[in-house]
Amino acid sequence: MPYDPVLVQPMREELTVLGVHELTTAEEVEQYLADTSGTTLIIVNSVCGCAAGMARPGVRMALAHEKLPDRIATVFAGQDVEATAKARSYFADMPPSSPSLALFKDGEVVTFLPRHRIEGREAMDVAGDLVKAFEEHC
Amino acid sequence: MGTFHDDLGPLHGITVVVDTKGPRVVVGRCHEITGKNVILHDVDVHEAGTDGVSKIEYLERAARIGTWVKHAHLSVSLDEVTSIQPLGDLAF
Repeated sequence: MPYDPVLVQPMREELTVLGVHELTTAEEVEQYLADTSGTTLIIVNSVCGCAAGMARPGVRMALAHEKLPDRIATVFAGQDVEATAKARSYFADMPPSSPSLALFKDGEVVTFLPRHRIEGREAMDVAGDLVKAFEEHC
Repeated sequence: MGTFHDDLGPLHGITVVVDTKGPRVVVGRCHEITGKNVILHDVDVHEAGTDGVSKIEYLERAARIGTWVKHAHLSVSLDEVTSIQPLGDLAF
């Protein structure tokens, strides 16, 4: 059962306030990822406190870096179910994980940060992994 | 480790590797370690040698991309456990 949307809204806004594009339907995901040129970061957001609580601040820190993906979007696992399933279909070789982060380059996943590489770490460590990927691929 | 349920131990909510004395290795999200068992959610179980995959090979892949959930919940007796550590701590 999805969490109360009112409870979840601040967790969405932690990303959208940064300019991250929120995708709430499968159609939106399909349209957004139809452009496979360049680099795209997809953030699978979630309610989970011990992991998403570090993922969102980690993303915020990483987005202050000078080198960034061309496009950055998010889906919310457990809330926007169809959008999340559609997003995951673009990295179907990876076990479902939320939160998680997938960086695409020219339509291929070049970096994937699953939940277990986020939980229990500090936000700056998550940001460090993202910045390393941005430096390498963006 | 930043969970909302500190009374359930420091590994609560963390994806852990539970290694055993035998060929079995278990990966799942730790709920609680009691005096007798480790209780996990969203669990994958690997038997070394199945599909020609060793424990190390399985864990290398798990550390890189995660695991596919085969069991919603699983309890593993501490009598057969040799180690419990966060999957995210594994370095290859």
